[in-house]
Amino acid sequence: MMKTNPLNQSRSHRVMLSIRKNWGLYLLLLPALVLTICFAYIPMYGVIIAFKDFKPAQGILGSRWADPWFKYFLKFFKSYQFKTTISNTLLINIYSLLVGFPLPVVLALMINQLSNQRFRKGFQTITCMPHFISTVVMVGMIMLFLSPGSGILGNLYRLAGKEAPNLMASATAFPSIYVWSDIWQHVGWDSIIYIAALSAVDPTLYEAATVDGASRWQKVVAIDLPMLIPTMIILMILRMGNLMGLGFEKVYLMQNDMNIRASEVISTYVYKIGILSAQYSYSAAINMFNTIINFILLLAVNQISKRLSSTSLL
Amino acid sequence: MHVKKPAKHRTVKLSGADLAFSLIVYTVAIIFLLLILYPIYFIIIASFSNPYAVSGGNVWFWPVGFTLDGYKELFKYGDIWTGYLNTIIYTALGTFIGLAVNIPAAYALSRKDLWGRRFLTFIFIFTMFFNGGLIPTYLTIQDFNLYNTIWVMVLPFSVSVYNILVARTFFDSSLPRDLWDAAQIDGCGNLRNFFGIVLPLSKAVIAVIALWTAVGQWNSYFNALIYLKDRQLYPLQLILRDILITNNVQSALGTGEAAQIALRLAALMRYSVIIVSTLPVMLMYPFVQKYFNQGVMIGAVKG
Repeated sequence: MMKTNPLNQSRSHRVMLSIRKNWGLYLLLLPALVLTICFAYIPMYGVIIAFKDFKPAQGILGSRWADPWFKYFLKFFKSYQFKTTISNTLLINIYSLLVGFPLPVVLALMINQLSNQRFRKGFQTITCMPHFISTVVMVGMIMLFLSPGSGILGNLYRLAGKEAPNLMASATAFPSIYVWSDIWQHVGWDSIIYIAALSAVDPTLYEAATVDGASRWQKVVAIDLPMLIPTMIILMILRMGNLMGLGFEKVYLMQNDMNIRASEVISTYVYKIGILSAQYSYSAAINMFNTIINFILLLAVNQISKRLSSTSLL
Repeated sequence: MHVKKPAKHRTVKLSGADLAFSLIVYTVAIIFLLLILYPIYFIIIASFSNPYAVSGGNVWFWPVGFTLDGYKELFKYGDIWTGYLNTIIYTALGTFIGLAVNIPAAYALSRKDLWGRRFLTFIFIFTMFFNGGLIPTYLTIQDFNLYNTIWVMVLPFSVSVYNILVARTFFDSSLPRDLWDAAQIDGCGNLRNFFGIVLPLSKAVIAVIALWTAVGQWNSYFNALIYLKDRQLYPLQLILRDILITNNVQSALGTGEAAQIALRLAALMRYSVIIVSTLPVMLMYPFVQKYFNQGVMIGAVKG
């Protein structure tokens, strides 16, 4: 019937036809969709336990609402861990941003200046390799090297005739150890994206600059650096959006009783409260608070960057 | 003469500055290279050295008191090999499932004629910025009876939105625009088109995603820490954590001098265990480097 009158097809009918014609595509999408719903959206619904006195035996729906509903948020705001975890998280993240953000750019600009192709290729390969060391091994290496009794650091101190400090037990050294070991591991890898951007520079720009008598340093500053700015902005937005979300894996492994003052961050605290001491609702509330702050930060930074430079993520 | 002289002077000065610039760049590069290489080199030589020489600070540039004791001790430590085997299983299965889930989804989302494409893409992207968090996810895993099974290591977290976006960008930019039209004329359905035509053209992006997933599986310990209870199921990284970080090495030897020796051997094992667990991944890298770099570049297009 519709075949005789194709122009009058209703919208819903056209949609039906399109879906039926492409049913294969929906089948291809299905596994990812089902897994996402099961293991990302069902847990999202599960965050309501942050507002309930959740008891595993009663289930999410069966558990009573907390009284008042923001009880566990209040508990976190009032706890002495509130200030500690948030300031530790922010401190490590900002430190890491200040050092870890510009260094890959500098490294990429430098690699771009290496004119010997074989050296350049070897250099890139070697600087990327530490990226593939696992977090566990990386922290193990840090501990081996910094051990005052038998590590490289201890040995260097002994050569100088001094007693080595136990840096892993020092709260003040914790952020630096965390950030600089991260840089050692990832700076080469993080520079790849900038090197890719540099390979897109139009060579005639360099020729024009040479004719104008620009030195190599001037070319780096005037041609190469501006080329990297859009990529830098995108990566900056992503990092700012994660300012409160410090990864769990490395901090948790580096933690010990002596440095806990500087090393307890939100994600490790959520783990300890939730998994180790089974205070499910409290842990979910802390985590939710954190996620919301991150989300707001991301949107804010994205808006600012949209205004300033018309580069945006979303 | 009067006009020419400053010009000549200028070019000479410039090339001198550029030469100095080159010199500085190469010097910094070589120092940087040493900073990256020495820690790795030290682990290698320490793993072949006498433990007393290592802890006494006598090992700097080459092995001292060459010994294979660290490796021998390692071979006797059964947990390592159970962990190794588990990790190989998780990596193989996890990579297969990761490809099977993410690549088809990416292709579907790359097709402009997929009705609801924007909304479906949003469903995935939203999970990058918002999630239920540790405890709700943990409870969900328990509800699905996945806790403490192999499946929790390879199935629930196999969807990677980042990988889907990378693959989608690849399909968008690298497949010929009229590929699907041509396939339709030949009477191909969507499934035959995907498996018969699209996949063979997409080896590069498949390699990229397979490598990323495999390295991620090999190196991660978080899911295992949260969702596994039996030591028999532990992947290599959790066993490594016991040896390297929590010092939780079981020794059959008693107290006194024997325990002292055990402690020394355990300390030595720490270097060899790093070599044995990390070398496969690091040595693989130079051979597959081009795929990794390609991946970063495809990803960079969309940011």
